[in-house]
Amino acid sequence: MTQPSNAFDYAPAPESRAVVAIKSSYGLFIDGAFVDTIDGRTFKTISPATEEVLAEVTEAGAADIDRAVAAARAAYAGSWGRMAPRERGKYLFRVARILQERGRELAVLETLDNGKPIRESRDVDIPLVAAWFFHYAGWADKLDHAGHGPSPRPLGVAAQVIPWNFPLLMLAWKVAPALACGNTVVLKPAETTPLTALLFAEICQQADLPPGVVNIVTGAGETGRVLVEHPGVDKVAFTGSTEVGKMIARSTAGTNKKVTLELGGKAANIVFDDAPVDQAVEGIVNGIFFNQGHVCCAGSRLLVQENVYDEVLDSLKRRLGTLRLGDPMDKNTDIGAINSAEQLARVRELADIGDAEGAERWSPPCKLPDKGYWFPPTLFTGVTQAHRIAREEIFGPVLSVLTFRTPTEAVEKANNTPYGLSAGVWTDKGSRILWMADRLRAGVVWANTFNRFDPASPFGGYKESGFGREGGRHGLEAYLDV
Amino acid sequence: MTTRHDLADVTRSEASLRRFLHGLAGVDQVGADARAAMLSTRSIKTSAKAYAIDLAISMIDLTTLEGQDTPGKVRALCAKAMRPDPTDSSTPQVAAICVYSDMVATAAAELKGRGVHLASVATAFPSGRASLPVKLTDTRDAVAAGADEIDMVIDRGAFLAGNLMRVHDEIVAVKAACGSAHLKVILETGELATYDNVRRASWLAMLAGADFIKTSTGKIAPAATLPVTLVMLEAVRDFRAATGRQVGVKPAGGIRTTKDAIKYLVLVNETVGPDWLSPDWFRLGASSVLNDLLMQRTKMTTGRYGGPDYVTLD
Amino acid sequence: MSDETMSDETMSDGTVSDETTRLDVRKTYKLFIGGKFPRSESGRSYPVSAPGGATANAAMASRKDARDAVVAARAAFAGWSGATAYNRGQVLYRVAELMEGRGAQFVDEVAAGEGLDRAAAGAVVDAAIDRWVWYAGWTDKVSQVAGSANQVAGPYFNFSVPEPTGVVAVLAPQSSSLLGLVSVVAPAIATGSTVVVLASEAAPLPAVTLAEVLATSDVPGGVVNVLTGRTAEVAPWLASHMDVNAIDLAGVDAGPAATDLEVAAADNLKRVLRPTGGGAGADWVQVPDLTRLLAHLEIKTVWHPLGV
Repeated sequence: MTQPSNAFDYAPAPESRAVVAIKSSYGLFIDGAFVDTIDGRTFKTISPATEEVLAEVTEAGAADIDRAVAAARAAYAGSWGRMAPRERGKYLFRVARILQERGRELAVLETLDNGKPIRESRDVDIPLVAAWFFHYAGWADKLDHAGHGPSPRPLGVAAQVIPWNFPLLMLAWKVAPALACGNTVVLKPAETTPLTALLFAEICQQADLPPGVVNIVTGAGETGRVLVEHPGVDKVAFTGSTEVGKMIARSTAGTNKKVTLELGGKAANIVFDDAPVDQAVEGIVNGIFFNQGHVCCAGSRLLVQENVYDEVLDSLKRRLGTLRLGDPMDKNTDIGAINSAEQLARVRELADIGDAEGAERWSPPCKLPDKGYWFPPTLFTGVTQAHRIAREEIFGPVLSVLTFRTPTEAVEKANNTPYGLSAGVWTDKGSRILWMADRLRAGVVWANTFNRFDPASPFGGYKESGFGREGGRHGLEAYLDV
Repeated sequence: MTTRHDLADVTRSEASLRRFLHGLAGVDQVGADARAAMLSTRSIKTSAKAYAIDLAISMIDLTTLEGQDTPGKVRALCAKAMRPDPTDSSTPQVAAICVYSDMVATAAAELKGRGVHLASVATAFPSGRASLPVKLTDTRDAVAAGADEIDMVIDRGAFLAGNLMRVHDEIVAVKAACGSAHLKVILETGELATYDNVRRASWLAMLAGADFIKTSTGKIAPAATLPVTLVMLEAVRDFRAATGRQVGVKPAGGIRTTKDAIKYLVLVNETVGPDWLSPDWFRLGASSVLNDLLMQRTKMTTGRYGGPDYVTLD
Repeated sequence: MSDETMSDETMSDGTVSDETTRLDVRKTYKLFIGGKFPRSESGRSYPVSAPGGATANAAMASRKDARDAVVAARAAFAGWSGATAYNRGQVLYRVAELMEGRGAQFVDEVAAGEGLDRAAAGAVVDAAIDRWVWYAGWTDKVSQVAGSANQVAGPYFNFSVPEPTGVVAVLAPQSSSLLGLVSVVAPAIATGSTVVVLASEAAPLPAVTLAEVLATSDVPGGVVNVLTGRTAEVAPWLASHMDVNAIDLAGVDAGPAATDLEVAAADNLKRVLRPTGGGAGADWVQVPDLTRLLAHLEIKTVWHPLGV
């Protein structure tokens, strides 16, 4: 009432932190219990939005990994391996329900530890986490029907290393199918985002999951390397950078370990002149600014048909002006914090290279908070295939805009990358969508939408975006001896 | 995209009008629904909520459109419009009263000089199934009786049958009959069925001279929805960019709670911006929502929840 | 509910022996149609064995009750088949959760109805709960098993998806009053069809209690409609009903009666599941194959050109 007329300023609407209790320090979750490290160290996990220390966590050493793998092996040989698949499934249903029941707690913790907006952790990450467990719970006693032959067998102990962009969701993508197929797991969450995985460990306890079925070892790259190279694991599943993915492919060469890798991307989001423009603009925004662009399948290359370039860019810039950047715990925030100082430096470096190579940088007027790691939503115009910002994964809120003239040219440019994770196509013409989808060398093609995920829908990359699929019937293959 | 110079020829013929409307960018239903749903998660608290409640009250077209309407009912509604909360003089007035044309004279006598607009539905509301002379007479009667806003319905049958010029010309004729009264054109989006149709009908109405485009009569389900209103807001935004002329938007029907009303304000704020955040450019066609807004307003000042016994009926 | 006050409930087990003994409050077993619990429109009932050696008066459904149930099932079809498979899976799982909580009641009714001891009845109830869980897991997977992308010789994208057939009439197994019932109802609704089920004639009480579970789960009214009564009387009306898309004859023995039902079903080419294996010797305990899951599906194939 005291405001000037016509100014509708949203008051702060912070989500309550009280819903989650963060311990001051965490051990490792091995064989059903939190234990102290044998030969590791501790490190701090911070909130990237405020640089506040949230907790002290353990960097597991080689002896810890030995112990975790042994616990997983014992559970595989014992209770879990002998359990009727139906009962295994019922455990997963139970976990899914607890995840739903404690959803808000998980969402708040994810936002604190990761820096992503609470709206996304609440409405996207955590519901998908529960859905993933629910979906794979149902597969546990239906593996005979999954098209992988009669009575397919599990692999054994799975070593799983996941990234920081969707901490709990990536855990769900890994753990749910592994357990449904009858494996046991040792999972390492990312160094900067361990807390929801540790809360998940508590949920395993609450569900009375047998000890050793799920083991959570925190740590950084070295911990991950030791885990992946451990001779006691039968399966390696990794989501992260293409660089590390190649290292894993080399280190597992000559072993019997089954490997699946979900790596980087540089997806083209292709907008034709007959696209539903308003929704295409939403899709472009969702494609690159969802989760601060910390998305391996992000639509980081916008390919716009040249005859609608001005219209699309005008609409896009207008829309970027309405994005709300700031406190991730505020329910109205669209863009949260960059996950770490290290990542912020990487984003800045590549953006600076964009400037240096002559592309034109644009961001909406946007005040960045004083503390924490922030980067404004940014787009580069005048980008060509020869620019590094059109070729390298930035993994941040930075969009490179290119143009094309014909469908064939769009396909050529979209495919002209070592990556092949995803692509987007925007047009009102159905046959063109399918023609494009037929030619795009990418594991997921979104048509008139972007960044959609569902446990029933397989996801994974072509070429240097990795191999193996996660989701649905196809996702079982990664965890079965087939 | 549309530019100013090519609009002059659009309404020259059925063919050119059709070509133009069907050349507008399509609306992807799933995407539009998702955008509206995302905006409806906005959390409007404390000072922003207080602001939004008063703004929403000031945008209401307080409506009674029933066969059982009587002068007594209309007078009561007028009293409510002018003093929504008799216990709190800081409460804003609503934007307008909306009644059938035969009730306009009654309402006009009540509202005279009190700053509340008087809207009348016209043109064989709600079906629009009458001859043009009947519709024009209906309109002129309402204006003559004191209405300064006319809420007309388009001929949905003609629109769906592809007789776009007929719809256009009828709006032009009604606009002429309005004189100085503002014309709100009701698209009855529930009968148009697709968002593509909503976008085309929005442009058609604006090309024909509408001052406002309005979603619904309230007599057909679904009435106003967030995604339909989103599509119409995008249309007025694009129309202003193309022509320089600003057109208002009025969702009507189905808006019952404060939460509903605030969702519409958020939609306006983030789709077309503050230029539309005033009763001159955005209205809420509703009746029961007023009491909910008043109860929420009281809650904000007293800190406790109220009940229907503490707001006035009509 | 209003007729409760008018009914003349009598105590069948005589008088209360002393001041400290508490008299059981017994349950009235009704039909379940469109999410409500009416008595039969015919006003009839018939005696069946109830827990504690008592006799209950089950509602004896008429052809008009069957007609009403089909109307309710048809009305519910659009919403249920239109719900996401994920949502249907959650709803079916919820049924299992609520059944678990009512376990003791089901055990008593199965024991009374099927003449089992409590341990055997308990095993049946556990299996029935797990059967819901089994089908809850199928809802969002059946299309990956029964659907396909088809490689036609030409520039077309061609795919086939399973869709629910519509309203399914189910004659529930006579001998397995709960596990058999769940085994024929759950697969139909898992894939999005809606059901009118005629319960085991001699042991209908678990079906009515299951209806009470369904009513308090998130299953929309009309998705499952439960009739109790005489199979021979009601089944022909369901078999010949022109707004029923399929019929499962699990509850009748193979023979002339079943043939008559199948003949009646031919009038609108209902999909018929013959009574093979549904009789007294049927093994409902075993994990089911996909017969019933796939039986209530139609396969839809879509062609779409590929071109710029």
